[in-house]
Amino acid sequence: MARMKFVCDSERCIECNGCVTACKNENEVPWGVNRRRVVTLNDGVPGEKSISVACMHCSDAPCMAVCPVQCFYRTDEGVVLHDKDVCIGCGYCSYACPFGAPQFPSQGTFGARGKMDKCTFCAGGPEANGSEAEFEKYGRNRLAEGKLPACAEMCSTKALLAGDGDVVADIFRTRVVARGKGAEVWGWGTAYGSQQAGTAPVNGGTK
Amino acid sequence: MKRLWTSAALLAAALLLGACSEKPQTDAHGVRVDAAPWTGTGAQANTGTPFTAPGWKVGDRASWQEHLKQRANNGQNEYTRIN
Repeated sequence: MARMKFVCDSERCIECNGCVTACKNENEVPWGVNRRRVVTLNDGVPGEKSISVACMHCSDAPCMAVCPVQCFYRTDEGVVLHDKDVCIGCGYCSYACPFGAPQFPSQGTFGARGKMDKCTFCAGGPEANGSEAEFEKYGRNRLAEGKLPACAEMCSTKALLAGDGDVVADIFRTRVVARGKGAEVWGWGTAYGSQQAGTAPVNGGTK
Repeated sequence: MKRLWTSAALLAAALLLGACSEKPQTDAHGVRVDAAPWTGTGAQANTGTPFTAPGWKVGDRASWQEHLKQRANNGQNEYTRIN
């Protein structure tokens, strides 16, 4: 069974923000909401790194655990989605998420917080696949069209990988072997619970 | 005087029972069931649209999974694409 995952290769990300633009365009995300954004670490310092961050669709999602109205659900493909008709916009998920994925559009005269919005892995939401209602609430459902998320497919350097966990892990592994370094993949351990990821390889990468 | 007491008792009973008429605030319907992505985006189940990528059979889960694996490899793995 396919388990959808994101990987961002910080050795390749050039901070072009193509993924951010692709996401906003594909899903027509409103002003003030960024489902995906690029974060640069040690900006301006030699050796700076950039990473593209969005919802990682965690295996054990903290947002799902803290939601008081249980608006989240996980699909068979491992994509964490939510029902905007159930969400009350409390913001608990925003505090729980280690990636800062949940976004809250300002709605109303006094800037009242609206319902939560986040990356859907281009999988839409609990409306009919490809329907107008699904697009307006959640954005495009590219998975149901047999496509992968627009951010990853648009990435010019292929720093951002998306797809079946086995495939993206194989691609990243090939790169690490070719480079001979850099097995640490940012966020992988936090999102998918691997003890190996996020730590430098010890004893020739046997750990 | 007796009428006054009766009125007061009725008023008190009405206040006590007032909460009984409140609408329930619990989550009545819960999260709706989402359709599986391999069923396609058409108006009817297991159909596609002009936006559906070619190369897989809409409604066939195995075909959809294999197609996405191929797409991920062809689109994102230049080690196999170029070499």
